[in-house]
Order: sequence, then C-alpha cells, then structure tokens
Amino acid sequence: MLSISNLGITFTQYDQGLRRKQLTVITDLDLTIQAGEVVAVMGASGSGKSLLAHALLGILPDNAQLSGTMEFQGEPLTPKRCEALRGKAIALIPQSVGYLDPLMTVGRQVQRVGQLNGLSSGAARTLANRTFARYDLPPTTRQRYPFQLSGGMARRVLVSTAVLTQAQLVIADEPTPGLHPDVVTETLNHLRELAREGRGVMLITHDIEAALQVADRVAVFYAGTTVEIAAAEDFARGNLRHPYTQALWRSLPQNDFVPVPGNQPSPENLPVGCLYRDRCAWVTSECEQARPELRFVRQGWVRCIHAER
Amino acid sequence: MDMQLRSVFTFVARKLLRLGLLLLAVAIFTFVLLSLSPIDPVQAYIGADMMQISSEQRQLIAERWGLDQPMIIRFWDWLGQLVQGNWGTSMVFNQPVSEVIASRFWVSLPMLAIAWLLSGILGLGLGILSGALAGSWIDRVVRLYAYTLASSPTFWVALLLLIVFSVALRVTPICCAAPPGILAADVTLWQHLHHLLLPAIALSIIGIANIALHTRQKLIDVLHSDYILFARAQGESLWGVVRHHGFRNLILPALTLQFASLSELFGGSVLVEQVFAYPGLGAATVQAALRSDVPLLVGIVFFSALFVYTGNTLADLTYPIVDPRIRLGGWQT
Ligand code: SF4
Repeated sequence: MLSISNLGITFTQYDQGLRRKQLTVITDLDLTIQAGEVVAVMGASGSGKSLLAHALLGILPDNAQLSGTMEFQGEPLTPKRCEALRGKAIALIPQSVGYLDPLMTVGRQVQRVGQLNGLSSGAARTLANRTFARYDLPPTTRQRYPFQLSGGMARRVLVSTAVLTQAQLVIADEPTPGLHPDVVTETLNHLRELAREGRGVMLITHDIEAALQVADRVAVFYAGTTVEIAAAEDFARGNLRHPYTQALWRSLPQNDFVPVPGNQPSPENLPVGCLYRDRCAWVTSECEQARPELRFVRQGWVRCIHAER
Repeated sequence: MDMQLRSVFTFVARKLLRLGLLLLAVAIFTFVLLSLSPIDPVQAYIGADMMQISSEQRQLIAERWGLDQPMIIRFWDWLGQLVQGNWGTSMVFNQPVSEVIASRFWVSLPMLAIAWLLSGILGLGLGILSGALAGSWIDRVVRLYAYTLASSPTFWVALLLLIVFSVALRVTPICCAAPPGILAADVTLWQHLHHLLLPAIALSIIGIANIALHTRQKLIDVLHSDYILFARAQGESLWGVVRHHGFRNLILPALTLQFASLSELFGGSVLVEQVFAYPGLGAATVQAALRSDVPLLVGIVFFSALFVYTGNTLADLTYPIVDPRIRLGGWQT
C-alpha cells in the first residue's frame, strides 16, 4: 500500500549573510507498509522518523526538498496528492495533547475531523459521539478542553481523531512515552485494532519494547537512513542482520543492558561510506568506500555489506 | 460555584483597592506639582483685575482660602473636598468642573468609540491578512503601511486628513462638532456623524498600525504551533486553519491590547481634537492647560486616570472570560 524507496530530504538554510547551506537530514530511506499491518519505525531522535511522517502528509516546511519516490496505493505521492489525501486517506495520531487546539473543546475538534472528511456537522457530531463511546470516553469529555484531559483520556481522544476518518494509512507519532504501562498497552491495542480493520499502521517510536509488543515488522532508522527492516520475531530469535539493531537489542534491560556507545552523526558532517561506520564493531576498509545498498538477507532487508556473518 | 463567587469577590476587592491607591498617588503627585508650580492661585482667580487689589486684600483672600496653612493641612482639606465631590469651578468655562467634564466627555465619547472600534476591527483584519500571508506582497504592503503610520505623529496625520478631505476634496467639514450657527438641539444625527467622522478616522489610524502589527506577529506564532501542524495534517486549508484555530487563539491578546489602547486613544484625542477644533474633552484639556485653569486640569487628570484604569481592568477581565484555561481552572492560575 505504501512504498518508499531512496527517499531523501534536504533543507536549504541560510547561514549568516546570504551563504546557502544544504542540510541533508534523510538519505536513502526505504519502507513498505501493507494493509492490515503494523510497522514500527524505530530510531533515536534525529534519525528522521518524524520528518518521514511530515513528508507523507505533505506538511514539511517550505525550505525542504524531496528526492526518491513515495508511492501510495500504486501512485506516486506528489505534493498535490499529499494535500488531497491528508486527513482523509492518510491520518496522523499526534504525540500529545499539545497538538490539540488549547482553546477549543475536544468534542468540537473531533467533530471538525468528520466535517473535513465531508460529513455534515450533524453527522460529524454523531460520529464523534459514537467514536468517544467506542473508546469508553464519558459523554462529558466532549465539553472538555485539552488541558482538562488525563493522560489516558488524551490518548483515546487523539486516537479518535484518526479512527473517525476512512484513512487506509494511520501514522502514530511517539504514542507511548511518559504513559502508565496500562495506558501504553491500551494504546498499542488500539493500534492493533486499527490494523485488524484493514488499515496500515505506522508506529513511530524510539521504544523497542513498545514496538515489539505490537508490530509485525520493525524498520530501524539511523541518521536518516533505513539500516534494517526485520520481522518482529527476528529480535527474540536472534535473527538480526545489522550491528546497530543488534546493539539496540542488547541494550534492553532484560538482555545485556549495555548501552550503545557513541552518537549518531549529525547531518552537518555525515561520514563517507556507511553511516554507522564510526560506531561499528565489524568495520573494515570496504565500509568506508560507499554507502551500502539495501539488500535482502535471511528474509529481511539490511544496509550492511557484512550482514551475512 | 461558591469558590468562583469568592474569587470574583476578591478580584473586585483587589481592583478597587488598587484604584484607590492609584487615585491617592495621583492626588499627592498633582498637589505637590501644583504647589511647586509658579501659578499663583489668587492671581489665577482674579485675573486681569489683579492691579486693582491691594496687597492686604490679597492677604485676606489667601487667608480665607487657607493658603497660609502648611502644605500637609492644605492637602487634607483639598482631598476632603475632592472626596465629597466638590471639584471646584472651572475658570475658563465658569461652570462646575464635574459638569464641564461630563458634557465634554459626552461630545468626545462617540468619536472615541468609533475610533476605538475602527482601529480594533481594521487592525485585526489587516493583521490577520498579513500574518496568514506572511512574506507575500500583501504582507509587505500592510507592514509598510503600519510602520509608516506607527512612526508618524498623530497631529500630522490629522492635519494631512484635514488638508485632503476638508480643504482639497471638501467632503468633510473643516472644524467643530456641528455646523456653525445651528442650535445644539437642531443638529441632526447625520450632521453629528459627518463632523466626527474625520477626527475619529484620524484617531483610529494610529491605533490600527499597532494592533495590526501585534495581530500579525501573534498569528505567525500561532501558525507555527503544533496544533496548527496537526490541523493541517487533518486536511485543514490555510483559511480553515485561520478561521477555526487562528482566530480563537489570537483574539485574546488582541482584546487585551484593544482595551489597553484606551490610554493611547485618550492621549491621541487631545491632539486630534485640537487640530479639528472638536469641542470635546481633549480640546478642553488644552484650554485648561494654556489658561492655567487648575481645578479643571486636576479634574481631567483624575478622570483620565479613572478612564485608563477602567480600560486596563477590562483588559484583565477578558482573560478569565475568554480563556477556558483560566475560566475553568480557577481565576488565579
Ligand atoms: S557496512 Fe560496515 S560499517 Fe556499516 S554496519 Fe556494516 S559492517 Fe558496520
């Protein structure tokens, strides 16, 4: 349903004076999502996860240029098509209530989503009420303002905004941090439910455990590139291909609990060759020659020339 | 509900206390200034007949008025009279000060009101337009207009309008609040409007610039917020965003600014009424000052303090009324 290949995002910035600077924040990013599937997009902050979501919705700032291809339901996602599809075929579940208008009741805001999808205001209100009921939100919730919602209620309201639409692709941006474990499970179950309805779900997160709890496949991002796309079971089975993914897996408390040393390279000075080379234990001189291609290894995709070892 | 009532009560009490303190401070300040000023009250009272009065007679008047008393006693006497509502008699108009202020203020009020509404509505509209289209040529035109006006003196703008519309185009009267030679009772509503239109526009033009620039900046901030990003992700268009979210979020600072602008409006009216010879409170202020009409001047000082304070209080009140975060989350937060 969604297929992204070799996506690149570059920002044009002006330094002091009028010197133009090109800042490449995403390079060679690949991802596919099928209908009915939850794909976790995992990476540290600055790995380009949120930018990918903004690119799909066509809400990147004006100084961003795209390269590569994005296809949605077999047709390329042009800026024009993004504009037509956003909020209708592609919906976003934002990170927090900070993404709701602070001065509008949540009932009106959810109703507005229905209206933007072509419903009359009466029909939109009915649908909003039904959606609130589906998520066990008491009827009084409609009159509340965002600042009056508890963490769990806020999550359900935010999910409601996407459920209301007919969207085939739902993008959930960091839905779990700072939540009570029960609420995390509940939120992830909501996402699973959306997939069961036949929608494709993209779960953007930096929380491996949350990702593995719900996702069918996991795409690991590093410094704006996809380093590995693995099935969720591959993690527990030890069938991981990329050294970064393996290091992330080992960093979990229930595993070795060793943090991954070093930092992601900043977009200002990306290394030549493999982007992971300065932190990689397997690095050889070959790795410094060129960016590794994405290859199909042991039923998964990986961007490492030594992945077979 | 009980809690709300209590907080409303404390709010009112606090505001009144502050008003009292403000007026007391104004009283002390005015009194000291006048005591130190070169205006001799006896001379100001008697005027041109001063030469015909002997120094004994002057002494007598001074004693009768208590001018020989120490300053602090005179101050208490004076304050007592003020509190009882005795504001003295205006020497220029030969009428009780309170009457002069009341009648003059009624003449100024429609002009102030029109100027106030006009600057609010036009300022808001222009601000929204240029904020939403920030960077476009429309935005540049609005900004140029606003910066030019914000830096041009009120009386200059007033003169310019007078020259263009009254002298060159002859579409508006050149002075006053009504056509000359007509009894006040016979002046029609249309004539009233006709005469106050140009002063009101002159007065509003300055306010427009300020409000437009603030609204523009606020809208730009709002448009860069997370909730606007989300609204756009939901498929809202630029004007949909402005209508459903932008307006809601910028009306509060705009209203605050609008009420706070009452002070500038009052100050501006002094100059504008002078240029248009519009017989309102502003013109009376100038006359009182030029002809050392101390009682009237004092009265106007107090009145304007009250006027400005009311504006600021209304500005404070808009928050708890308009913003649900304060309305529902308790007044003090
Ligand atoms: S290509 Fe080389 S440097 Fe990059 S991850 Fe593989 S082994 Fe490490």
